[in-house]
Amino acid sequence: METLTDEKIKELKLTANNIRKSIIEMLYEAGSGHTGGALGMADIFTLLYFHTLKHDPKNPLWANRDRLILSNGHICPVLYATMAEAGYFPKEELKTLRKFGTRLQGHPHREYMPWLETSSGPLGEGFSQAVGMAIVEKIYGETKNIYAILSDGEHDEGNTWEAIMLAGKEKLSKLIVIVDRNHIQISGNTERVMPLGNLKEKYKTFGWNTFEVNGHDFWEVNNAIYLAHRNKISPSVIIANTIPGKGVKEWENDYHWHGKAPNKEEAEMALGELDGRL
Amino acid sequence: MLNQNLKLNTKIFNDSVEKVSTRQGFGEGLLKVGGDDENIVALCADLTESTKTNLFAEKFPERFIQVGVAEQNLASTASGMAAMGKIPFITSYGIFNPGRNWEQIRTTICYNNQPVKIIGSHAGLSVGADGGSHQALEDIAITRVIPNMVVISPCDAIEAKKATIACAFTKDPTYIRLARNNTPIITTEDTPFEIGKAQIVFVPEIGLAHVGIIATGPILYKAIMSARELEKKGIKVKVMNLSTVKPLDENAVIALAKETKAIVTVEDHQIAGGMGSAVAEYLSQNYIVPIEFVGVHDKFGQSGTPEELEKHYGLDIPNIIEKVEKVIKRKV
Repeated sequence: METLTDEKIKELKLTANNIRKSIIEMLYEAGSGHTGGALGMADIFTLLYFHTLKHDPKNPLWANRDRLILSNGHICPVLYATMAEAGYFPKEELKTLRKFGTRLQGHPHREYMPWLETSSGPLGEGFSQAVGMAIVEKIYGETKNIYAILSDGEHDEGNTWEAIMLAGKEKLSKLIVIVDRNHIQISGNTERVMPLGNLKEKYKTFGWNTFEVNGHDFWEVNNAIYLAHRNKISPSVIIANTIPGKGVKEWENDYHWHGKAPNKEEAEMALGELDGRL
Repeated sequence: MLNQNLKLNTKIFNDSVEKVSTRQGFGEGLLKVGGDDENIVALCADLTESTKTNLFAEKFPERFIQVGVAEQNLASTASGMAAMGKIPFITSYGIFNPGRNWEQIRTTICYNNQPVKIIGSHAGLSVGADGGSHQALEDIAITRVIPNMVVISPCDAIEAKKATIACAFTKDPTYIRLARNNTPIITTEDTPFEIGKAQIVFVPEIGLAHVGIIATGPILYKAIMSARELEKKGIKVKVMNLSTVKPLDENAVIALAKETKAIVTVEDHQIAGGMGSAVAEYLSQNYIVPIEFVGVHDKFGQSGTPEELEKHYGLDIPNIIEKVEKVIKRKV
């Protein structure tokens, strides 16, 4: 991972802003979906698709591509918007989100959109799938990197801890997990619904290489990924503190935006705010 | 008499018939395909010896993943390995795999359409002494209801070995249902096997059959023994081995129904949702005949010998015979 120049960071910020606008437009068109988490992860998805990943949008099934697994599939608007921005499919298609016949299903489904690595949504499972991919990289001596995006609420699932244990046991150094630590889940604050406490320490006790970063600071996240790659003996987790709804002041840190889409007025207000940042 | 075309085990009617568990057949099949193709991998949730996955694990330790007692992770990790081009076999008891991890199987294996092979051992009442908590009686129902899934319930160790080898080279998510106990060898190495193909294993000496018995799993042996008893009473019976429950061999089932006009299904499983239900769903829409079901009727199992349990829950030979006589009375 080459270090980021100031110029590159500026470029990434512009791209992330465009992706946020796409997210709001598509969710408004769809009339339902998950806004908060999608906006909160826009910076990390931008960094991954426009700097980190070895991938080729013109050859999406290139065998040696890095794999990015979105475990908490409900934030897929950010995945779709980023993929469109990167050139996997036309941005116009984003408006079909959640509509009958769309390739952009309400939760990702690779039967409809084959450029996705997995069909996902039910929590905890994408993590296990990423672990399986990293096991293959290990036992067959391959060199692809496996990135998994998880939510923090997803750590309520027993399945998640099963995956954490297995990855630690197998010392899956090709696996890098990024946890969207935004402190919200559908019923409210994560620490009230089911306290997660210090996730970084918890991972550490299971044999992971751990980082905690500001998920909106491109340099910090990139540096953690760089250091994660240098570790050849254990899986890495990056606890990324993010602000749900990031980019639209009124929505930030409000759990009500976890699972709803903006109406016309709300969308216009948000788009205006994002335009003002350009 | 046995269908001569299938080259079945001619010693099946001897008291000294050889008995081997279907899980043993699986273990040998996995070992065989493991040697044939280095893309075969196996994952187990701590029950390595009980599921006979140890045969593979000892020979190919680098391709064996021990995930611990964690069946949900077992299923989804295998999905990820399959996405990278591998052919994973995941093994545990049927009650946990596909029981405990059903939603992981639905989403990460079948919804993702990955060729993971799900091996559930210790299915059915025949587990015996372990008791009801460990007797999987619902596994056929919960697997056959998932799109993309193939469901196989082999009748003996030889067929289990063949099914294991055959499924390794298909693209389909597949469930293979296995039993713990040693059960009679019904087929031979020369008996043909194809996923999705039913076989008539027992036929009348002459003429058409009065009743068709359709069985799946090792209980096929009891269906054959029942047919032999019924033959002595002058009731002509054909017995079908429906080892692939899904996809259903519709042509074979309807042919048997058209010939006999009466069907009895036999399985070591709940009647609700099982193989008999699959047969009934098809026949009720395509060729209506009276059907009687031998299976467990909405009850959990309990401790006991397999024989005691089969008698108690109505899965033994006298009960199969009774159901055959009953279905004949219902013929129009």
